[in-house]
Amino acid sequence: MQSTSHAFKDNARAALANQTLQKAMRHVKTGFIDKRAKARAKLPEFDDLRDVARDIKNHTLANLDFYLERYEEKVIASGGQVHWAPTAEDAVKAVLDICKRVDARVVTKGKSMISEEIALNQAMEQAGLDVVETDLGEYIIQLRKEPPSHIIAPAVHLTKDQVEADFRHHHRELPPERSLSEPVQLVAEARQMLRRRFLEADVGITGANFLVAETGTSIIVTNEGNGDLTQTLPRVHIVVASLEKVVPNLEDVSTILRVLARSATGQEFSSYTTFSTGPRRAEDPDGPEEYHVILLDNGRSNMLGGEFQDMLRCIRCGACMNHCPVYHAVGGHAYGWVYPGPMGAVLTPNLIGVDEAGHLPNASTFCGRCESVCPMRIPLPKMMRHWREREFERHLTPATVRAGLGLWAFFARRPKLYHFATGLQARLLGRVGRAAGRFDALPFARGWTKHRDFPAPEGKTFQQLWAERRKAEGRR
Amino acid sequence: MADAPFNEGRPRVGLFVTCLVDMMRPSIGFAAVKLLEDAGCTVEVPEAQTCCGQPAYNSGDRADTRALAEQTIKAFRGFDYVVAPSGSCAATLKEHYPTLFEGDAAMKAAAEDLAERTWELTSFLTDVRGMTAVESAFAGKVTYHDSCSGLRELGVKAQPRRLLESIPGVELTEMTEHEVCCGFGGTFCVKYPDISNKIVTAKTDFILASGADTLLAGDLGCLMNMAGKLQRRGASIQVRHVAEVLAGITDQPAIGEPADKLPPRRV
Repeated sequence: MQSTSHAFKDNARAALANQTLQKAMRHVKTGFIDKRAKARAKLPEFDDLRDVARDIKNHTLANLDFYLERYEEKVIASGGQVHWAPTAEDAVKAVLDICKRVDARVVTKGKSMISEEIALNQAMEQAGLDVVETDLGEYIIQLRKEPPSHIIAPAVHLTKDQVEADFRHHHRELPPERSLSEPVQLVAEARQMLRRRFLEADVGITGANFLVAETGTSIIVTNEGNGDLTQTLPRVHIVVASLEKVVPNLEDVSTILRVLARSATGQEFSSYTTFSTGPRRAEDPDGPEEYHVILLDNGRSNMLGGEFQDMLRCIRCGACMNHCPVYHAVGGHAYGWVYPGPMGAVLTPNLIGVDEAGHLPNASTFCGRCESVCPMRIPLPKMMRHWREREFERHLTPATVRAGLGLWAFFARRPKLYHFATGLQARLLGRVGRAAGRFDALPFARGWTKHRDFPAPEGKTFQQLWAERRKAEGRR
Repeated sequence: MADAPFNEGRPRVGLFVTCLVDMMRPSIGFAAVKLLEDAGCTVEVPEAQTCCGQPAYNSGDRADTRALAEQTIKAFRGFDYVVAPSGSCAATLKEHYPTLFEGDAAMKAAAEDLAERTWELTSFLTDVRGMTAVESAFAGKVTYHDSCSGLRELGVKAQPRRLLESIPGVELTEMTEHEVCCGFGGTFCVKYPDISNKIVTAKTDFILASGADTLLAGDLGCLMNMAGKLQRRGASIQVRHVAEVLAGITDQPAIGEPADKLPPRRV
């Protein structure tokens, strides 16, 4: 997907002015947060489980080569194949090669953020394949030719009315007088449209929430059951997953699953947790003839051993964006690439470069709410600050910000001069603004006074008044 | 460290004034001094302090951050405690300074020593000094905004409320989403003014819906942001730092309020 992250400010401005988007975003703010809070309250050991989950991933990342090789051995032993993909192009090519070899026409897809990251749909469509997204949210945004705006709720930026309009536009074969005003009617219609496509599919592509080294199993966590139909019915099942999805064993998976759904949707467990190990065996009643795993790196191995390694613990629950005031304000599309919100602000510069995505780690108030809810205890603000440091070192920080900071620091590092200068400033602004109490326009703070008043200082600094008080007390 | 037997029960506290309080609203500093003295402390104000360095730190400027941290560490050497009327500045000293000096054992140890002695004002009064009540004649229906750094980095939440509730004239009414960011974020509010505006608009909706006549918080940056928005919206709610109310020092007009009734000035 072509990034517009460099235009974050313009994207954000457009998003703030988009009343339909703003209406849709109101649901994010309340729904996810309340549900997570309730789920957490019902599990007293929740925060302890977060520690254990963090430790499992840290251990795995410290021994990633070992667990990946073990995982591959097990996949092969169960009759599947692993395709190592250093780049997005490699991953796309591996998928297209399989589709071509098996003479595929129709490809169904379960929800996969990795397939968004490697722009798989566009490549498959260009290769003449009929690609069908089967997750309801993904189905809707595929109709609209939009990227997802949230990592677990891809169509969360849309209102019900917009979805109804899309369905009426695209499902022309259905009677125009049908009622579509209720969410349940929209779901039923999508199910009706998709059912036949599941049966037609030659290849089914899913992502993976976990890859289990001990057993060679890929696991998906879903709520609609579309993932199961996608991976069970076609002749070929392709899993596209990034390499940090691996965990040592099923016990570890069970632990992380206990924090995943609670953090994401507030469910104790998702409706479906589906385990796939290799293709159909002779005694299995159903399943694919071929089972492939595309294992994507795409820059992740560069994060190992560095200041961004902790980001590889992420299990894509979306809690960080669900609790982010900036995400609530502008929605996911403003971030300009695949991953929005705080996790995107850290991950995106790693994957597409900080020159392109430099705004994202800056567009945070550092309120810290993301870190406080992250089930994997990823220090997101700290890593955003690391990006800011790299930008500063490389002189990517805007020249005006740098100049202002330089001037301020020059004074702040010289206390006597600083107190003299702030004394003057307080007196000047105090004298001009004191009577009214505040300013509604200030030439050096237009960003502030565009939207709010600026209070007038009291007139003298604390340091001045303290010195006066000490003098009066005769203690100087 | 909380109960260290320094100075015969009358600990020496260095007040970290914070650059905003120093320049914009010294009355918060004097309120802090009064509260600390009421809590049995001797208060001193080192002249060699300016700013904790957050603007540089959060802009990625490590060199200036380190220089300001070193300056602050030196200025507050020897005090039993260092107290700031700000969760955000206290958290910078307490949580972040020790991370700035990897590879410099002496400075790292000095930073950790400062971190152990540093407290946010209301947390110090209650958690360290065991204060359960304050003397204040303030009367009003107040709502309290939890500023992010104090809340999430230092666990400041119950402390200011406990002290406020000890004032007979105070009725505390909670706003919806009192733990959600006000959109200030230091340099964020001028780097991304439109997003900041969206966040503070939502925040002020909740403040107004609370029905309080006074908004309180423990960080002047957040207070200036919320006061500025409330006043731009024409709201009459008064905005003050929690220390002013706890100390009963409210003779100054509230934040952004006129000494006389005049329209705001343009420069």
